[in-house]
Amino acid sequence: MSIFEQLANRDQVFEFLTPVASPVDVRHGPILYMEDVSVSFDGFKAINNLNLTIDDGELRCIIGPNGAGKTTMMDIITGKTRPDTGSVWFGSRHNLLRMNEPDIATLGIGRKFQKPTVFEALTVFENLELAMAADKRILPTLTAIMTAEYRDRIDEILEMIGLQALRDKPAGILSHGQKQWLEIGMLLMQKPRLLLVDEPVAGMTEQEMERTAELLTSLAGKQSVVVVEHDMGFVRSIARKVTVLHQGSVLAEGTMDQVSNDPDVIKVYLGEEA
Amino acid sequence: MATSQTWLLRPFQERSTQLFLGVLFAALVLVTFLHLFMPEDSALHVSAYTVTLLGKYLCYALLAVAVDLVWGYLGILSLGHGAFFALGGYAMGMYLMRQIGDRGVYGDPVLPDFMVFLNWQELPWYWQGFDMAWFAFIMVLLAPGLLALVFGFLAFRSRVTGVYLSIITQALTFALMLAFFRNEMGFGGNNGLTDFKDILGFDLRSDATRLGLFLATGIALAVGYVVCRAIVTSKLGRVSVACRDAEARTRFLGYRVERVQLFVFVVSAMLAGVAGALYVPQVGIINPSEFSPLFSIEIVVWVALGGRATLYGAVIGALLVNYAKTVFTGIMPDAWLFALGALFVLVTVFLPKGIAGLLQKRRQKDDDQPGAQEATA
Repeated sequence: MSIFEQLANRDQVFEFLTPVASPVDVRHGPILYMEDVSVSFDGFKAINNLNLTIDDGELRCIIGPNGAGKTTMMDIITGKTRPDTGSVWFGSRHNLLRMNEPDIATLGIGRKFQKPTVFEALTVFENLELAMAADKRILPTLTAIMTAEYRDRIDEILEMIGLQALRDKPAGILSHGQKQWLEIGMLLMQKPRLLLVDEPVAGMTEQEMERTAELLTSLAGKQSVVVVEHDMGFVRSIARKVTVLHQGSVLAEGTMDQVSNDPDVIKVYLGEEA
Repeated sequence: MATSQTWLLRPFQERSTQLFLGVLFAALVLVTFLHLFMPEDSALHVSAYTVTLLGKYLCYALLAVAVDLVWGYLGILSLGHGAFFALGGYAMGMYLMRQIGDRGVYGDPVLPDFMVFLNWQELPWYWQGFDMAWFAFIMVLLAPGLLALVFGFLAFRSRVTGVYLSIITQALTFALMLAFFRNEMGFGGNNGLTDFKDILGFDLRSDATRLGLFLATGIALAVGYVVCRAIVTSKLGRVSVACRDAEARTRFLGYRVERVQLFVFVVSAMLAGVAGALYVPQVGIINPSEFSPLFSIEIVVWVALGGRATLYGAVIGALLVNYAKTVFTGIMPDAWLFALGALFVLVTVFLPKGIAGLLQKRRQKDDDQPGAQEATA
C-alpha cells in the first residue's frame, strides 16, 4: 500500500509507523501457525481447513500423495498465494497474510524450490556472498566490501554444506546434489528462522541423500525446518515428527511409526506405495 | 574477486585492467609522438587525418564497452544504443552550433543557419543554455541518461526482458530517427548539425585540436573502462550476472532486479552519450542516421566479435571491425555489408566467445607454464 492510500484510511495504524524490524515473537513456542486455511482454484479445494503448527527449532516432514496441497501450502506461507479464509502467523506477532513476498523473505522465511537454481557463472563462494543477509539496495551493493567477518560466515556455511574444496569453482560444474546443498547454504546465509525445503533429495544418490539428511538434522534446533518429501526412506531417516497431508488437510500427525501404522494413512498413501 | 578495496580502486589491482590501460596509454603516446615529431614525408608519420580516424575508432570502442556492460553482464541485448550515442552527439552538436555565432552563412548572432533558413524568429527553449560549455557537457550525460531512466523504468518494471526488450530498444531508436528527421523538431532535420567552427575556443580544423580530441577520447575510454570494470568487479556486478542467469532466484534473495537493471542501463547510456559527444567534433557532423537501427545492430556485432562480458573484448571488436570497414569500403564499398555478415557468421560458429575467448584459452594454456606472457589487447 502506498503512503497516500494509507493516509486516506483513517481508522488504521499506518504501516510506516509500525516498527519495521520488530523481532519474531516465539515466546509461546510456535514459529508458524496456520489455522483453518482454505484456498480453492476454480472450485477445486487445494487446501481445505488446514491447521498446522510448527514449533521453533523443529524439524518437520510433510508427506502426502500428489495433489495433497504440499506446494500450495508453501506458496501460502511465502506469500505467493493468498488463501480464501483462515489465518497464518509467523511467531505470535507477524500476520503473514498481510505481507508480500520480499518482506516475508526478509522476515526470515527461506524457501528452496524443487529444482535447484544457483548462479552457474559465479563461484560457490560468490553464490553464498550474494545470498548473505545484507543491505541489498543498489549503492550499498556497489560499494560493499568483503570483510573478514563476512568471509568467516561464508566459510562456516561452506563447511556446513561440505563444499570447501569447491569454494572458488564456478557453481555450474557442481553435481546435482552439490547444487542442492549450495542452495540450502544460500538459504542459510539469509539467516532464516524458518526454512521451507521442497523435495531436497529428488534425483540424489544414496550417499548424497545420507549427507543431506545429516545436513538437515544438524540445522534443527538453530532453525525451524519444514521438509516436503516423497522419498519415504529419507523421511524415516530424518523425521521426528511427520505430518501427512491429504486432499488439502491434515490426515495424521506424529512420529513416523505412528503415522505409518495409522489405518487412514495406510489407505490413502502408504497403501498405494506398498 | 573478493578484495577489501574500495570499489573504484579495485580495477587497478587487476592484471587485465593494468594491461589494458598500459596498452592504451602506450598507443596514445606513440600516435602523438609519430604525429608531432616524425617528418611529414616519413613513412612513420601519422597524419592529422589518421589521428582523427583513430579518435573515431576510440569513440566506437567506448560505445562498445557501454553495450558490453548491459549485454555481457546484465543479459540485456540493447539494439538501440545508437540512440544514446546520438543524443550525446546532438547535445555536443548543439553546443558547437552555438559556438559558430555570427560566422554562419546568414550571420545571425544567435540562430543557427538552419533556423534562419526555416524562418524561425527565435531560439526554441530547448536550445537555451547550450552556448555554455558546462551546460552542454552536463546535457551530454543527462539527455541519454534521462531517456534510459524513463525507458528502462517502464520496461524493467513491467519485467520486459529478452527478445521483446531488444525489439523495443530497436523501435526506440527508429522512432527517434524519424522524429529527428523532421525539420519541426529543431535539430536540423536530415542535414543534422554541421559546419562547426571551434570547441572551447580551439579551432576544430587545426591539427592541434584534432590531436587534443583524440587524446581526450583515449582518456574517456580509459575512464569509462575503469568505471565499468569497477562496477562488474563489485558485488553489484555479481548481482548483475545473477540477474542475467537466474532472475527469479535473484529476486528471491531480496534484490530488486529491476533497479539493478535500471542502474546499469543508465550508466551504460551515459557512457554511450559521452562517446557520441566526442565523436561529433571529430567527424564534424551529427545527423539522424546515427539513430538508424542498422548502426545499433552493428555495435552489437562488434561486441559479439570481440567477446561478450570481458569489456576489453568489446574494445578489440570495435577497433578491428571499424578498421576493416575503413579498408574494405576503400577497396570495394559494395562488399562491406557482405563481409561484415560473413565475419559475424564465422565468429558465431567458430568463436562463440569471440576474440577474447581465444585469448583466454591461450592464457589458460600459458598459466600451465609459469612466467609466460599474458596475451591481451
